[in-house]
Amino acid sequence: MNALFATLLIPLLGTLLMAVVPRCRIAGWVNVAFAAATTAASIVLALEIFESGPLLSPGKFFYVDAFNVYLLVLTAFVATTTAIFSRPYMDHELAQGRVNNRRMRLYHAMYQGFLFTMLLALSTNNLGILWVALEGATLATVLLVSLYRTPESVEAAWKYFILCGVGIAQALFGTVLLYFAAASVLTSAEDGLLWTTLHGIAGQLDPTVMSIAFVFLLVGYGTKVGLVPLHNWLPDAHSEGPTPMSAVLSGLLLNVALYAVVRTKMLVDGALAAAPNVPQPQLAGYLMMAFGLLSFLVAGLFLHRQRDIKRMFSYSSIEHMGLMTFAFGLGGPLATFAALLHMTLHSLVKSAIFVTVGHATHIAGTQAIDKIRGLIRTQPTVGWGLLLGTAAIAGFPPFGLFVSEFLLLIATMQSWPWLTVVLLSGLAIAFAGLFRNIHPMVYGNQPEGQTPVKANMLPVYLHLLLALWFGLAIPAVLAQWFDQATQLIAGKGVL
Amino acid sequence: MADYLTLQGWLLALLQTALFVTAAPLLVGWLRLLKARLQNRSAPALTQPYRDLSKLFRKEVIVADTASPLFRAAPYVVFSATVVTAAVIPLLAVHLPTAAIADVIVLVGFLALARFFLALAGMDVGTAFGGMGSSREMTIASLAEPAMLMAIFTLTMTAQSSNISHAIDFLLAQGLVLRPSFMFALLALLLVAVAETGRIPVDNPTTHLELTMVHEAMILEYSGRHLALMEWAAQLKLMIYGVLIANIFFPWGIAVESTPTALLLGLAAITGKLMLLCVVLAVAETALAKMRLFRVPGYLNLAFLFALLGMLSHVILEVGA
Amino acid sequence: MNFAQFTLQEQGVVILAALVLFTSFSLLAQTRIIACIHAFAWQGALVAAATAMVALVAGQHHLYISALITFALKAVLIPWVLHRIVVKLQITREVETVVNPSLVLLAAAALVAFSYYVALPVEKLSTLATRNTIAISMAVVLLGMLMMVTRRQAITQVVGFMSIENGLFFAAVVSTHGMPMVVELGVAFDLLVATVIFGVFFFQIRQSIDSLDVDRLSRLAESTEEEEQQDNHG
Repeated sequence: MNALFATLLIPLLGTLLMAVVPRCRIAGWVNVAFAAATTAASIVLALEIFESGPLLSPGKFFYVDAFNVYLLVLTAFVATTTAIFSRPYMDHELAQGRVNNRRMRLYHAMYQGFLFTMLLALSTNNLGILWVALEGATLATVLLVSLYRTPESVEAAWKYFILCGVGIAQALFGTVLLYFAAASVLTSAEDGLLWTTLHGIAGQLDPTVMSIAFVFLLVGYGTKVGLVPLHNWLPDAHSEGPTPMSAVLSGLLLNVALYAVVRTKMLVDGALAAAPNVPQPQLAGYLMMAFGLLSFLVAGLFLHRQRDIKRMFSYSSIEHMGLMTFAFGLGGPLATFAALLHMTLHSLVKSAIFVTVGHATHIAGTQAIDKIRGLIRTQPTVGWGLLLGTAAIAGFPPFGLFVSEFLLLIATMQSWPWLTVVLLSGLAIAFAGLFRNIHPMVYGNQPEGQTPVKANMLPVYLHLLLALWFGLAIPAVLAQWFDQATQLIAGKGVL
Repeated sequence: MADYLTLQGWLLALLQTALFVTAAPLLVGWLRLLKARLQNRSAPALTQPYRDLSKLFRKEVIVADTASPLFRAAPYVVFSATVVTAAVIPLLAVHLPTAAIADVIVLVGFLALARFFLALAGMDVGTAFGGMGSSREMTIASLAEPAMLMAIFTLTMTAQSSNISHAIDFLLAQGLVLRPSFMFALLALLLVAVAETGRIPVDNPTTHLELTMVHEAMILEYSGRHLALMEWAAQLKLMIYGVLIANIFFPWGIAVESTPTALLLGLAAITGKLMLLCVVLAVAETALAKMRLFRVPGYLNLAFLFALLGMLSHVILEVGA
Repeated sequence: MNFAQFTLQEQGVVILAALVLFTSFSLLAQTRIIACIHAFAWQGALVAAATAMVALVAGQHHLYISALITFALKAVLIPWVLHRIVVKLQITREVETVVNPSLVLLAAAALVAFSYYVALPVEKLSTLATRNTIAISMAVVLLGMLMMVTRRQAITQVVGFMSIENGLFFAAVVSTHGMPMVVELGVAFDLLVATVIFGVFFFQIRQSIDSLDVDRLSRLAESTEEEEQQDNHG
């Protein structure tokens, strides 16, 4: 219990403190310290959950089970490593004059605020608060996207704000409908938004209302996941904001939004399965599969025509989120296990890639793919980082993403054999798109006068090593853990 | 629904029609009086419209050389169509023999007939202003009529009858019910009524500027008793809309039985309602300026929007409630 | 059950709901920015009044607080802030051209019919007197979205956004007599922060493109093939 409060309070305190710390040099370090403390607290929490099972706070306000606790740890961990990267990166931006001290203060305060809202979204039991926290995450990051105040960044932030705002409004409508469905079953409506309560009475909820609610929730949170055709904000917001922001947006925020979708899917599945005469008992799953597959394919195609390196990797994020949505929609233990594994690995690898890309853009002084050349000669650590990261994200064998994609393919083969072909060709398209652009950036002739920058590649290699480790052998503890989460979501585990 | 064919019923209907026709100039007189007071002018006498009409009836009729027989016939057609319309509308009492044909669609049809002949007469002589007035009148009518029909359909859907008399019965039986659809239909009908009767802000009945005229332009060539009939018909039309709005949306007081007390009460009620309605109209006419003609479609679109909202809110909010 | 059998207060709620819908339409039709803001303020006030009325009808006292917050936030504070920004940016006289206004209104009517259709199964389940207004609240949400799609000015888009929020709040009030207080406070807080951020944005956009016409925010659109070829040649 205390560990949970610590996990939430530390970033909240950080937000307040950062807002008043005047010296940005210290602020960078403080930022790292707060994030690290949060990680420590979340690991303690995870161990508690692992020992004693799901935790429901006395007021039923928080609920932590195997599913969200691992996301809590992942979020805190990636936020920490990104904070480590962000300190020198933002110092560099400050030295370049792209930001000033006041904006640095905003940046650090909002970094912690963003972390807080995500952790709150993950740990709350109340679906209304989940919505509030996700909207809060948008609010915290939107001013960071426009941090550089260039016309492009302002435009990206505006798009991000408006699209996500409208999208997530749909989710609130869905939440209202959920509450409505619950209120017509429960005697005291006060508990009607608590996920645990809803899950308990899922079988009695009206299937039609739940289906309508799910459509709204999927559209709403799906906008935040970046599902096609609601993805327009994502490449802009990722490419125009500071790179550490891209890393956490891509690696974490999308996960949290997907988490919200999966949580509601569990409720809808429960309602539809129990009701007699429902024409389409797996409606939620089918919708997710359709949206997921569409995002996966469209984003894969868009990878080929990108000219901005950060935009390209944000399309890669859409592609992977599509894949996960598809996997969660497919349901079943194997696909769910694959989706959870994929979620973890994608977060690790994608944030590592964005960190590397941040360094690469500092080396080349631009984000244009045509202008970034010969990284491996100028600074081998960055070049190798980018190459390995891309290999990992494309699902090359030794890395963990290969395992999760392989598991997903098997699961697809079992229930939807002909979709395997689509998935495989989608993977091939995405692979080609990535390497077509990455190859010249890493190997090409380096331009005159290109010099190395001060780069902290520790987070990158740490993340890639983890991805490699997961690919070679998933640690027993983690496997057990994923299996517990799979049991929660899919009804039974794979192990 | 008893006495359709009793002598008493027919007499009553005849009496009501006579009252309707004779009271129409009085209504206009009252309106002018109010407007004058609101605009700080000294008001003409309440009976001034009667004097105007009788003066016109006594004057010589001058008809243009180019006029066809239609030009002479039009005033009678217009006037009689309007009188027939007035005859079927319940003024004092429901359940009269004329109530059998008091169908809103019939009513709209009669008014359209009158308007058709009015527009023809406007074009008949071949003057520029007459043709212009007719074309404007038809433009306005083509936009106002859908809105009016839509508003009326909303009412008939609620009352489940397109007969005004039955509808009033139904509404009286229900007592005070705050219906959103009626609110919108009322607004729509008010706007349409202003446009159809040629009041400010759509048309100015007292204008002397030919370029801005609509209704006046069509009857520019008329004189003597023809003009009197046309004017009287216009006054009747104003009263028709007034009575429709007053008796459908606020039906209380109308006589259900044909006893003298009930009828007297009905007379008092409709007089009061019309007087109040005129106050609203006078205030609006004083406060608003006449719109430019090309803004009229926007105005009538608003009326249509109200009617549409009325229909939608009837279906959404009231059915199955 | 018949509409005439409702009490007058319940009928009052329905009338207010219909008026809220009307304000949504007038938001769509208003071309002057100031008039838009005023219409939005009216909508907020009507939603607050409807909420208070629901509180009266259902005896739900916590709804009075919600009504008060709504009134303070959406009928007074947010319109006031928007108004001040408009004055400060000196665009009080700006008129926005809406492409094909009658088509927009027709689309709006279609959306209302659509929300009726979607809300029908929801309404069947409810026993509350206000259940028919669920469709209205959904229509307000959809009309707000339509407004955001058809408008080009940043401020009117924000007004559309806020009107979506009005619809959502109204949905919660009429379908379930409001969400739990903690959620409502959270939503109100988010809205407040959003307003502040929107305010900051207006100045940022103004600074970067010297206008609030978001059509001119088009640097980031996916480039077409021709553009790419032009770039290659150039």
